Amino acid sequence: MSILIIAEHDNASLRPATLNTLTAAGELDGEVHILIAGADCAGAADAAAKLPGVAKVRVADAPEYGHELAENLAPLIAKLAADYTHVLAPATTFGKNVLPRAAALLDVQQVSDISAIKGADTFVRPIYAGNAMATVKSLDTIKLITVRATAFEAAAEDGGSAVTETVESTGDTGLASFVGQELTKSERPELTTAGIVISGGRGMQSGENFAMLERIADKLGAAVGASRAAVDAGFVPNDYQVGQTGKVVAPDLYIAIGISGAIQHLAGMKDSKVIVAINKDAEAPIFQVADYGLVADLFQAVPELEEALG
Amino acid sequence: MKVLVPVKRVIDANVKVRVKADQTGVETTNVKMAMNPFCEIAVEEAVRMKEAGTAEDVIVVSAGAAQAQETIRTGLAMGADRGVLIQSDVALEPLGIAKLLKAVAEKEGVDLVIMGKQAIDGDNNQTGQMLAALLGWPQGTFISKMEIHDGGAAGAGGVKVTREVDGGLEVVDLKLPAVLTVDLRLNEPRYASLPNIMKAKKKPIEMLSPEDLGVDVTPRLETLQVVEPPPRKAGVMVDSVAMLVDKLRNEAKVI
Repeated sequence: MSILIIAEHDNASLRPATLNTLTAAGELDGEVHILIAGADCAGAADAAAKLPGVAKVRVADAPEYGHELAENLAPLIAKLAADYTHVLAPATTFGKNVLPRAAALLDVQQVSDISAIKGADTFVRPIYAGNAMATVKSLDTIKLITVRATAFEAAAEDGGSAVTETVESTGDTGLASFVGQELTKSERPELTTAGIVISGGRGMQSGENFAMLERIADKLGAAVGASRAAVDAGFVPNDYQVGQTGKVVAPDLYIAIGISGAIQHLAGMKDSKVIVAINKDAEAPIFQVADYGLVADLFQAVPELEEALG
Repeated sequence: MKVLVPVKRVIDANVKVRVKADQTGVETTNVKMAMNPFCEIAVEEAVRMKEAGTAEDVIVVSAGAAQAQETIRTGLAMGADRGVLIQSDVALEPLGIAKLLKAVAEKEGVDLVIMGKQAIDGDNNQTGQMLAALLGWPQGTFISKMEIHDGGAAGAGGVKVTREVDGGLEVVDLKLPAVLTVDLRLNEPRYASLPNIMKAKKKPIEMLSPEDLGVDVTPRLETLQVVEPPPRKAGVMVDSVAMLVDKLRNEAKVI
């Protein structure tokens, strides 16, 4: 067996979900290679070469790979995939965008968002927003898989010394062009890899009130998230959203403030190790998954919590 | 412009799904079904294009059991012009559906496909990307904004889309024809009015089969087992913030 990981990176360094994908690849028992496709991506390629358990880094460095456009990346992945039994990418918006396009070019039915590996061709994945877990067997010769990062530990970043090999670009399809991006800047940890997450819901009432959660987050070294309702109401940007259609998180501690606990939201956080819910509605479904529940007005409880944390 | 909107019939988003006792899947008999919520957003966007004069013909297509006609009727009641049902009793997978949709897109000569980014049953998030690959068209996935333009001096039309990505928002410009998959914040879908529901009953639905379209939909995945996720152990209610902090420090030891 041989496995190709499609790395998610920003040309200078690897994105954290790539490390979780590497752990999943390690469970498959085969030689692991990593593809770094980018523009001026030597930094990311060097980081990939240091990962333990990686035998080879394949680098496609060309301007057309600079913005992760699926139209340009998918033909490259499809071409390289012929040498492998498995192709893995993280189930982030990057992997979700690119890998199905490569799978269709290869005439392969992708297996999305796996949370466990049962064998070389058998995988477990959540369906119905995590309300059921399906075990599926792939009958395709090459397996294309996206990996749920929170279901696998992050691999170490150092300890390996892989060889590096240059790969020819498959060219610019000219179908799509990158115009710009608005990325949320934050000094806090990334939502999907933070050890503690504090999220606010509709009960927060305004974007300004999220400052209360940010102060607690800074005391705990936590990331700040939100429910779909809070994002739809415009309190915080879309990339704060935790849920079936937003980000999936599984921190050691998840604190839900003013969140009712719609199925959609629970799908994104119910694998957290410890869940705390503060809500004034004692009937809120969030309390059914909470390890510690407090029925209280958040505008009293949250300032108290901030003070208690010192 | 001719717009194709693929839609899927799924268990209603408000129903709590139950796993079947024999672990072969989830219970769907006597369960309320509805249009996948992301598909509703896609239909709404296409209908708005029609109302704005950008689209002349909006076709709603579904693949699956005969009952998917109800889902197509919902799209027609929202304002789409006509429907296509590719009837199949085989459980369809994203790749098979993408092949069927490619055949319909080519047969109809559409300029744009707008569809949901994922269905809330399988949560695969694949079909749009696969369809774009098979057609050789660009893809705008997880979009929260779209703007058709004439391409300026270059002449060829395009669509500028804003995508919801993990780090925030990204804007890309795509050549037409293209496939777009929609995210939650693109629009707020309308409810069909009673007169429009009545009118929709008279709109045509063309019936096709995978064989008619020359597509092999043999499944590539075998579902071995479907089970409930492990339940969380029951939690406790605390009376005060002080007690909460004490529990987190001394019992759970997470802060």
